[in-house]
Amino acid sequence: MDPFTTHTGVGVPLRRSNVDTDQIIPAHFLKRVSRTGFEDGLFARWREDPSFILNQEAYAAGSVLVTGPDFGTGSSREHAVWALQQYGFRVVISSRFGDIFRGNSGKGGLLTAQVAQPDVELILKYLENSPGATITVDLPGRTVTAGDIVAPFQVDDYVAWRLLNGLDDISLTLQHEDAITAYEASRPAYKPVVTAETGRRTPIQVSTKPAP
Amino acid sequence: MGHTLAEKVWRSHVVRQAEGEPDLLYIDLHLVHEVTSPQAFEGLKVAGRTVRRPDLTLATEDHNTPTTPGPVLDVISRTQLEALTANCAEFGIVHHRRGRLGQGIVHVIGPELGLTQPGMTIVCGDSHTSTHGAFGALALGIGTSEVEHVLATQTLPLKPFKTMAINITGELAAGASAKDIILAVINRIGTGGGQGYVLEYRGEAIRALSMEGRMTICNMSIEAGARAGMIAPDETTFDYVKGRAHAPTGEDWDAAVAAWRELRTDDDAVFDEEITIDVSTLAPYVTWGTNPGQSVTLDDVVPDPAVLGDDDARGNAERALEYMDLTPGTRMRDIGVDAVFLGSCTNGRIEDLRLAADVLRGRRIADNLRMLVVPGSQAVLEQAEAEGLDEVFTAAGAEWRLAGCSMCLGMNPDQLAPHERCASTSNRNFEGRQGARSRTHLVSPAVAAATAVTGHLASPSDLSPLPDRTPVEV
Ligand code: SF4
Repeated sequence: MDPFTTHTGVGVPLRRSNVDTDQIIPAHFLKRVSRTGFEDGLFARWREDPSFILNQEAYAAGSVLVTGPDFGTGSSREHAVWALQQYGFRVVISSRFGDIFRGNSGKGGLLTAQVAQPDVELILKYLENSPGATITVDLPGRTVTAGDIVAPFQVDDYVAWRLLNGLDDISLTLQHEDAITAYEASRPAYKPVVTAETGRRTPIQVSTKPAP
Repeated sequence: MGHTLAEKVWRSHVVRQAEGEPDLLYIDLHLVHEVTSPQAFEGLKVAGRTVRRPDLTLATEDHNTPTTPGPVLDVISRTQLEALTANCAEFGIVHHRRGRLGQGIVHVIGPELGLTQPGMTIVCGDSHTSTHGAFGALALGIGTSEVEHVLATQTLPLKPFKTMAINITGELAAGASAKDIILAVINRIGTGGGQGYVLEYRGEAIRALSMEGRMTICNMSIEAGARAGMIAPDETTFDYVKGRAHAPTGEDWDAAVAAWRELRTDDDAVFDEEITIDVSTLAPYVTWGTNPGQSVTLDDVVPDPAVLGDDDARGNAERALEYMDLTPGTRMRDIGVDAVFLGSCTNGRIEDLRLAADVLRGRRIADNLRMLVVPGSQAVLEQAEAEGLDEVFTAAGAEWRLAGCSMCLGMNPDQLAPHERCASTSNRNFEGRQGARSRTHLVSPAVAAATAVTGHLASPSDLSPLPDRTPVEV
């Protein structure tokens, strides 16, 4: 995972609230077995409309999504984060995020910057008035800059620290390899390990309760 | 102050604790299936990582395997199954494939193989992993990136949880089952009532249950929104585990049982929340809505949304009734069904099949009704066939299928047609769960079997006694 400090990129104003994960990526894209290529599923239903914001030339290189409250509610699918990232987004700005989506974003390295609704409104207007304008998101300073607008944002401290250091969950855990190995050495001998054995006919106990 | 069962298991698995960070917990067993694993394996490969403990990992195919013999025709299902086979071969993971003893729904085979044991931490990329809590294990459903994390590190960073005691008191009423207990619990605390909690089921009625019944209860903890459900292990648990393929033997067995006996909530431990339900007069529960909390007893009628709780509950109920095509005031027993599904990780074990077979023996299912009986695993299938249960089902007019998730989620061809109504022993009655626009009533195996006979929701006590049999006890 690449460290995230400051990012400057084209802001995309998505003036909708309550965008659930099924709108971010419809269910039928989930049947794939690959981990890549989800960019074509991003907002798939909306992108069928030629006037949809992502279909407009000015936003082709968009990397900062600015949107209404309650972004990422609904089903826990991590594909929503993958789709946003693989499309090219590094940051989503909203005044409120779905809990699980925010958690998944943190793990995946997508910054969810929580900005007060009045500031989101100012940024949306700015982007709508100057299509293709860039936004700068400064993680150490916790600010978003769009033209003359400078707005503070909130992000979980632990998530911010991980983003700054480019640490995904796994690399973070692997820093504690010694602790894992030490724990493994202390596990009781009776704990099972998986073998291909299935046992013969499994003895299945009889109910303790008479059948009706 | 003492500790609860859940806290004890948690504390014995902490690899690392640090201020402001989630605890890192060791995972004793990781169960893997075809749907939530492919991207996790690909993530590993992309990052150049490997599986840390293939010997603590077990794979099987269940979610979209067909339950009729022959090749897998659906392209997506086949791709997922092939991906799992290839990944297991590449990383050295034991994989129980379709039709082999050992294969079945992940939550059925873990216990069956003796891999699910008291005091373990168990994870799987599936929400009904809570099933394994019936053994006093801390068992959690996880997402795909967590699957990757466990594959790579055999650990998981976890946020702390709260604990809730669910006291089930009284002697379980005749005619009621474990399924009715858990439906009553969810009805009481709601589908969000368990959020952030690990539930511990306690009390005499729980102690009296078989392991199968306890698994049914823990299985549906997730439907109350809980992180997990647990039951303290006892003699019933030890008897179930003993002698199974992966159970400890000799000195290891003695050491294990000694440790397992400590796995109970201390008398002076405090739960964050506590509720009590007396089941001595419990009647069978059936759902009328589109979430597992929307239920009444079989003796009741379809509720009137106007008298239900707040605006939210009312709105939900109105939408649910519209979807289910039900009118308030209709007697639950008057609701006719098109299909009956007996199976799933909730009620697809041998005890469930025996119970339903007892009801169906010597009877026929109603005309124009389809009944699918799907054993939870290949071992359950073979056991049932050895006992002749398959013949009871087919003689009654039901279809006897191969092991898998089947109509529980309709990822394979076992689906309901639009507007078809089904009495199902599974765990979710969500809109479209068993097929687009299909309608699901969650029921116990006994109610499922009786419903199949009468064609409308019924319990075995509604059936007229067979001439050559002693009357059905009520
Ligand atoms: S039987 Fe149903 S609930 Fe259980 S694991 Fe399979 S799909 Fe999930």
